[in-house]
Amino acid sequence: MGARAILSFLLKRIALSIVTLFLLSIMVFLGGQVLPGNVGRAILGPLADQRAVDALNHSLGLDRPLLVQYWDWISHFVQGDMGTSYIFRAPVAPFVIDALGNSMKLALVAFIMVVPLGILGGIIAALNVNRPIDRIISLGGLSATVLPEFVTGIIFILLFGVWLNWLPIAAVWPPGSGVFTQIYYLILPALPLFLVLFGYIARMARSGMIEALDADYTRTAVLKGLPWHTVIWRHVLRNALLPTITVIATQTGYLIGGLVVVETLFRYQGIGSLIFTAARGKDFPVLEAGILTIGIIYAVATLIADLLYSVLNPRIRLGTDQ
Amino acid sequence: MTDLSTPNALELHHLSVAYRVGGRNRAVLRDLSLTIRPGEAYGLVGESGCGKSTVALSVVRYLPRNGVITAGEIALVGHNVMKLDNESLRRMRAESVSMVYQDPGKALNPSIRIGRQMTEIFELRGISDQAAVDQAISMLNRVRISDPIRVMQRYPHQLSGGMQQRVGIAMALASDPTMLILDEPTTGLDATVEAEVLDLIAKLRQELSASILFISHNLAVVSRMCDRVGVLYAGMLVEEGTTAEVFNNPRHPYTVALLRCLPRGGQRKDQIRLDTIPGFLPAPGATITGCPFADRCALADSRCHNELPPLHDLGGRLSRCHYHERAQDLPRTTPGSIAAAPAAHGREPVLRIKDLNKTYAAHGHALRAVNDVSLDLMPGQTLGLVGESGSGKTTFARLLLGLVPADSGGSMQLDGQPLASKLESRSADQVKAMQIVFQNPDSALNRAHSIRHIMGRALRTLAGLKGAAQQKRLIELVRSVRLTERHLSVKPRQLSGGLKQRVAIARAFAGDPRIVVCDEPTSALDVSVQAAILNLLADLQTKEHVSYIFISHDLAVVRYLSDHIAVLYLGRIMEIGPSERVFSGPHHPYTEALLSAVPKLDETEPSRVRLDGEIPSAVNPPSGCVFHTRCPRKIGAICEEQEPPLFDSEPEHRIRCHIPFEELARLQKKQEVIPA
Repeated sequence: MGARAILSFLLKRIALSIVTLFLLSIMVFLGGQVLPGNVGRAILGPLADQRAVDALNHSLGLDRPLLVQYWDWISHFVQGDMGTSYIFRAPVAPFVIDALGNSMKLALVAFIMVVPLGILGGIIAALNVNRPIDRIISLGGLSATVLPEFVTGIIFILLFGVWLNWLPIAAVWPPGSGVFTQIYYLILPALPLFLVLFGYIARMARSGMIEALDADYTRTAVLKGLPWHTVIWRHVLRNALLPTITVIATQTGYLIGGLVVVETLFRYQGIGSLIFTAARGKDFPVLEAGILTIGIIYAVATLIADLLYSVLNPRIRLGTDQ
Repeated sequence: MTDLSTPNALELHHLSVAYRVGGRNRAVLRDLSLTIRPGEAYGLVGESGCGKSTVALSVVRYLPRNGVITAGEIALVGHNVMKLDNESLRRMRAESVSMVYQDPGKALNPSIRIGRQMTEIFELRGISDQAAVDQAISMLNRVRISDPIRVMQRYPHQLSGGMQQRVGIAMALASDPTMLILDEPTTGLDATVEAEVLDLIAKLRQELSASILFISHNLAVVSRMCDRVGVLYAGMLVEEGTTAEVFNNPRHPYTVALLRCLPRGGQRKDQIRLDTIPGFLPAPGATITGCPFADRCALADSRCHNELPPLHDLGGRLSRCHYHERAQDLPRTTPGSIAAAPAAHGREPVLRIKDLNKTYAAHGHALRAVNDVSLDLMPGQTLGLVGESGSGKTTFARLLLGLVPADSGGSMQLDGQPLASKLESRSADQVKAMQIVFQNPDSALNRAHSIRHIMGRALRTLAGLKGAAQQKRLIELVRSVRLTERHLSVKPRQLSGGLKQRVAIARAFAGDPRIVVCDEPTSALDVSVQAAILNLLADLQTKEHVSYIFISHDLAVVRYLSDHIAVLYLGRIMEIGPSERVFSGPHHPYTEALLSAVPKLDETEPSRVRLDGEIPSAVNPPSGCVFHTRCPRKIGAICEEQEPPLFDSEPEHRIRCHIPFEELARLQKKQEVIPA
C-alpha cells in the first residue's frame, strides 16, 4: 500500500470530482439557459417586440438544439472561455477571475483569524471540560454559528463601523492600496465568517482533544512519567487535531463559495456578489460561470482535505504491510 | 511498613475506592489489603466487575475522573502514593512503576514511530539522543525482537498484536521499574502468541528484579506466572495464598466454584455438565452486610448473610469464609449428570462439503482464505474449528451461511440437497436451517426492541408462527434457554452479557435449525457464565438434535463440546478427525503446537513445543507444506517443495503431514497434552 494506495485513492477521488462537476454543469446549464424559458424575452422584458427577441436569441445561439448549446458552452468552458457577458458585452472569464481573487483574499483573512483561535478555543475547552471556560467557549461558539451572517454583519457594521468608527464599513479600498490596508478593510467582513466557523472548528478540536485525552495511548504516555506538556504536545495534539484539519480544509469551499451575503453586505467585489449581480441582471453566462467555478473550488477543497488527512495519518499513509 | 531493609514492592492497607455515579459514591474496592514482596509475582484474579483493574489504576493514581479513594493507603516501594505531589507522582511513574496494558494496539500512540515512543523514556532520564536510541535497541533485543532497528521505524499499526505487546513490555521495562503491573497482558492474543509473550515475561522475570502484579481473568495463566494469588470478589479479597495452594486446595467457596466452571482434563459434553455459579456479582455500590458471596453460595447460612467473615489466617494463606474448612464440600449448582444419550443418529451427514474455496482480491493479489476444504457434519454432532486468527475459520463459517459466496467448483449439500453458495439462491427452508450465534450478542439483537418483540419476530420469520401458537412457542423457547418470562419485557441493554447470549441462542433456535454456527460464543463471557452457556448448548443439542459448527480459540471449550475437530491453517485443513483422537494424538505438528501453547491449571512442567513467528500472509503462502516455515518437526526439503496430502492416518482421522503417522506417534509419545 502506501504511496501507491494514496495515488490510486487520489485518482479515484479526482474521477469522482469530475463526475460531480459534470452533473453540476448540467444543472447550471439547465438553470441558466433552459428554465428561464425564453432567454431573449427574459432579457428584453415583456414589452419587447417578438422579432427583437428572436433576433437576440439567434445571435446568442439559443435557437440551436440543447445538446449543441451545452456542448458548445462546456467545451469552451474547459478551455478557459467562459462565454460573453450579456450585460457587459465582454468575455466573462476576467470578471470571474478577478472576483475569485478578491473572494480568496477575504477567505484568507477570515482563515488566518479563525483557524488558530478556533483550535486554541477547542483545546482550552477540552482541557477544562465542564468548567465555566468550557461552557463559555462551547455554548458561545455554538450560538454564534447559528446566527446568520447578515445579522452578525449588520451588528458589526453598527458596532465597529458606525458607533466606534474603528473599521471601514465597505470593503472597498482606495485603488493602489498595499496589503495591510487591504487587510484592514477586510477585517470587518471577515468577522461574520469568523463567527460562523469559530464554533464549528472549536467544537471539532474540543471533541478530538477529549477523545485523545481519554485514549489508552495518552494513559501510556502519562504513566511513562512524561511531563504534562510533553504528553499534550507530543501525544495528544497530533491525534486530536487530525479530524479538525480535515474539517477546516473542507470549509475552504464554504468560505469562498458561501460569501454572497457577506460580500453583498459589504459591497465587496467577490465571486458571491458577482453571482448576485449576474442573477439580478439576468446575465446568464456570468451566473453559470460563477456557479461552476465555485463548484470547482468546492471539489478541489474537499480533495485537498482528504489528501491532507491521508498524508497526516500514518495508518492511511503507510497502510499495513504484514 | 516500617521495614528497614528492602521495603515491600507494594502494600495496600484497607484500600477502599468508589466511583461517583449520579451524585453517589459506589464502592468498587472494599477494605482491600495486600502485600507484594520484593521480586514476587502476585496474581489478582476474579471475574469482570470485581475491581481488578481499579486496583492497578489506584496504584498508579490514574483512576477515571469520577474515581475516588475513600479510605486506606497505598505504599509503593515504601512511599505513600496518595501523599505525592504532582512532580513526585510523575517521578514515581517514571522511575518505580510501569504498566503493560490489555490492548497493545491502543496503548501505543498511532501517529508516533515505535522508536520515538521508546527513546522518550530514556530521554526522561537524561540520556541523550544517540545513547537513547542504542538503549532502545538493546531493550527491544531483550524482548526478543529480532530486527529492532527496522521495528523502531514502524508505526504501531504496522506490527502484529504479538509484536505490539513485546514493544509494550519493552517500554514498561525500559525504566527498570521496581514494580511492574500487567493488566490482562495476553487477553485478546492468539494462544500461540500468548504462549510466546508469557514465556518472555517469565524469562525477563529471571533477568530483572521487578516485582509483578499480574491481573487476569484467566486462572491458568496466573497459575503459570505467579508465586501467590489473590482472589477478588465484589472488591474484596476473598482468598489469598500461593498459587499451588489456592488452585489445588481452594478454601473459599467462590474459588472452588470458579475452578469447577472450567472444562478441565478433557471433560466432554457426553460425560458431565460443567458446574455454574448461580446469580450475579453484587453491583458496584451495593450494600453488603454479610459475606459478599453468600447469595450465590450453597454453603451459606444465616451467619453468612449477617456477619462479614474476617480474613481467616490459615497459616500463610487467607480465606474470607466462616466455613473455610468446608469450602470444598460446596454442593454442585448444576447436576453433573446428563440426559440419556440420544438414540444413534442417521449416518447420512446433514452437511457435506466438497472442495470449498474462497479467494479474495486484495490489492491486486489473490488471497485464498479457504483452500480445498472438504468435510462432513453428522446430525446432532459438533464440529469444532480451531486455528490461529487468519486461519480461515470465520471465512469458512460465512461461506456455509452464504454470507459470502464461495468460488465456483466446490459443492455444499444440506440433507442431501445441493446448497447454493449465494444466500439469495437458497430456498427459504435452507436459509432457516442454518443459523448463527455470534461472539457479541449485541450484534444480533436489535437494541430498540424488547426481548419479546425480538423473539416474536424470529418465530414469525423463521418458524412462521403467529398468535397463540407463537406465544406458546415463545414461552417454551425462553424456558429452554433458562430465561424467565419476566425477561421478555426488557430490552437487550438491560441484560448482562450471558443473558443476552441466551437470547441470541434462543433466537437462533426459533426456526428449528439443522445447523447452528457458533462463532466464539463464549469468548466475551466470564467463566461462570461461559459454563452455563456451554451446558445450555450441550443440552439443546441433545434435545433438538441440532448440529454445531463451533469456532473458538479456547481449546478446552472446543474439546468439551465437539465430536469432531478440524484444525485450520492458512485456509487448509491440516488435521481432521474425532475430537478425542485429535486431542490425544498423535496429531499434526501444528495441532501439537496449538495444544502445548495453552496454559493449563494441571500443568506440572512447561510444555515443550513452541511456534516461532506469526502466521504467514495468505496472499503469499509458503511453498510446499504451508506450515513448514514454523514447523518444529520439519523433516527436510520435501516439506518446502511438496504440499502433503490430507492422509488417512487411522479411521476417520486425517493429517496433512509428510511425517508418517507411526513416526508422529513416536515423536509425540511422551507428551500427553491435556488442555486446562
